[in-house]
Amino acid sequence: MLSRTADHLYWMARYTERAENLARLLDVSYQMSLVPQSVASQNQNWGAILALNSLEATFARSYAEVNVDNVLRFMVSDANNPSSIYSCLRAARENAHAVRGTLTSEMWESVNATWIELRQQSFEQINLGGVSEFFDWVKLRSSVIRGVTFGTMLKDDALHFIRLGGLLERGDNTARILDMQYHILRQNDDEGASDFYQWGALLRSLSAFQVYRKVYRDAITPARVAELLILCQEMPRSLHSCADGIVRMLQLIANGASAETERRAGVLHARLHFARIEDVLADGLHGYLTDFMDRIYELGDGISQSFLMPA
Amino acid sequence: MSAQFYNEMYDSAGNLRPHYQGFAEWLATMPADRLARKQAEADSAFHRVGITFAVYGEESGTERLIPFDIIPRIIPALEWTALQAGLWQRVKALNAFLHDIYHEQAILRSGRIPPDQVLNNAQFRPEMMNIDVPAGIYAHIAGVDIVRAGAGDFFVLEDNLRVPSGVSYMIEDRKMMMRLFPELFSRHMIAPVQHYPDMLLENLRTVAPKGVADPTVVLLTPGAYNSAYFEHTFLAQQMGIELVEGRDLFVKDDTVFMRTTQGPQRVDVIYRRIDDDFLDPLVFNKTSMLGVPGLLSAYRAGHVTLANAIGTGVADDKSIYPYVPDMIRFYLGEEPKLNNVPTWMFRKPDDLKYVLDKLPELVVKEVHGAGGYGMLVGPASTRAEIEDFRARILAAPEKYIAQPTLALSNCPTFVESGIAPRHLDLRPFVLSGKTVGMVPGGLTRVALREGSLVVNSSQGGGTKDTWVLEY
Repeated sequence: MLSRTADHLYWMARYTERAENLARLLDVSYQMSLVPQSVASQNQNWGAILALNSLEATFARSYAEVNVDNVLRFMVSDANNPSSIYSCLRAARENAHAVRGTLTSEMWESVNATWIELRQQSFEQINLGGVSEFFDWVKLRSSVIRGVTFGTMLKDDALHFIRLGGLLERGDNTARILDMQYHILRQNDDEGASDFYQWGALLRSLSAFQVYRKVYRDAITPARVAELLILCQEMPRSLHSCADGIVRMLQLIANGASAETERRAGVLHARLHFARIEDVLADGLHGYLTDFMDRIYELGDGISQSFLMPA
Repeated sequence: MSAQFYNEMYDSAGNLRPHYQGFAEWLATMPADRLARKQAEADSAFHRVGITFAVYGEESGTERLIPFDIIPRIIPALEWTALQAGLWQRVKALNAFLHDIYHEQAILRSGRIPPDQVLNNAQFRPEMMNIDVPAGIYAHIAGVDIVRAGAGDFFVLEDNLRVPSGVSYMIEDRKMMMRLFPELFSRHMIAPVQHYPDMLLENLRTVAPKGVADPTVVLLTPGAYNSAYFEHTFLAQQMGIELVEGRDLFVKDDTVFMRTTQGPQRVDVIYRRIDDDFLDPLVFNKTSMLGVPGLLSAYRAGHVTLANAIGTGVADDKSIYPYVPDMIRFYLGEEPKLNNVPTWMFRKPDDLKYVLDKLPELVVKEVHGAGGYGMLVGPASTRAEIEDFRARILAAPEKYIAQPTLALSNCPTFVESGIAPRHLDLRPFVLSGKTVGMVPGGLTRVALREGSLVVNSSQGGGTKDTWVLEY
């Protein structure tokens, strides 16, 4: 298929997945902020979301104070923030528009309808209805788009590039969410009773609460949460599961210039496949996750050069 | 009902024309609120599917719907047969003309057309001289604008041989009508049009360069911000071919390739929806970012087919239009089956003298204008506007032609005040390759403003489904 077409499909998937995970991240932060705690530590947590996406400077240009209202507005519907849910869904739609002929009509309609509905909602309206309801809507629309994609598209390279983009983005985003929340939660360790709720909220935001119960049938501990989200192969949002999919997709689309990209994906996969959570935690989770995100970034670069923008 | 205009549905005595009988009976059973609901349903479906056209000059990326009218324009079988024969004849002659002026130029030597009219025309491309194109076809796709005027005769208004658009609306309008009113299709024998993309692809494959057994066909678009982008994606998808932009293609050893995820792939036929000027920055517009450097050289080497060919604009230019009947006589030895609109050319001193006083009754058009821009509709203009045009004509007479103001036929149309007559035209699409063919139908455009004779979508026009009846 055309490299440019593949590029648009890949980014359409990445932006859709990014919007969904952003909704997940904001939702968990919002849920956690409902647990009794000081305003100062609350605002600190909202600041962490900005830091996570390196958006402090962009935010400061338009907003005076870091607080729940401002950060939500900025991350949900600010068109000037390239990382807001609004901007992600707009970019997803623009990429889809550029290759709408490659998409099935159901797919294009679900992407386009998502954008049309989003554009009709001001932040005030979203706030009025409850932000959690809005986050559910974003997750639902992302699921609809994914479902229509798998349910209607021919299983050819177009689908493989869509899946590759989605998996790469999901791996990165899960790592980001875990990195940030793990850090915050460990800091708050001494606050005791709220822990259960907070770890629970993190798991729920990644649709992993019931999965956790099923896999461990035991109390929630930070180490197990990390294990589930990083190493559990069967957990669809875990890093391991994403790496599985990335390796598989790269095999399907391989060309004469992609051997090095495939090798790197294989290394990334092996590091997850053969890891033990004790070792990961002993070496430092933050370092481990940062390294993972760097490798995902490199893979994205390699994919771009091998397939999407050939010289 | 105004007796001045031919009405597609009623005769001058106010009686239903027979081919509208079935529709009228059905319409009489439709409560007004149901019609309004169906009209709203159509609008929302067009929006959701994103059948839009981009509007130039408004906020970038602005997309607007072309209004769709739910009352069809119906053409009886016999009328269509005659119209089709006239269109085929006309397009054959135009292709023969293009081949001739880029080779022997017999028609110029015969004195039927003044040579400078052709050779000094901005649309004439000397680069095309003595290039042999497959099957001798230049205009593979022609979108001929037809109007019905006076007592009901068809006239050709424009030939549109460059990159005519609108065929996607023909197909989408039909889809919409079948979805809204399936019962109508079981009561009528309506000729199908949805196979147009298959015919087009087949046609494009027959004009592939010699020796290519299984040609790769692509559609070249200027990109997502072009006003007809929806149509480009629609046709590429329906034909199952790649929709490419200039940056997706490159030329090596006089051969065109596209960049794919599996490496370069050879391209044999390009259905291009980019104007000549932007095709190859090495030869034409140097600043074009839309084209492919080296394309003309690959084309001249015969390694790729362009549809339509380069240089077709000289045949649909308004200054050449008056000569089309002569072309038919010259190349085919036949009398024209379709009427030309009488046309005065200001470049001719006799014509100039004769029509300059009659501007308030006439339509004046720029020779190179299109899309309803840059024209004067005498009867609908103020004295100042007419004087302004008179001055422009005198300053550059060769740039203008004049035609009588045609009493375009009208057809009942669903508007705010209910159902009222509105003027319309018809654009059928003629496909030429090894053979000439077309689907029975075309795009009917309707001027939604009361009294307006301008049907262009950029000027507030809408569309209707066009039914050719099969009996």
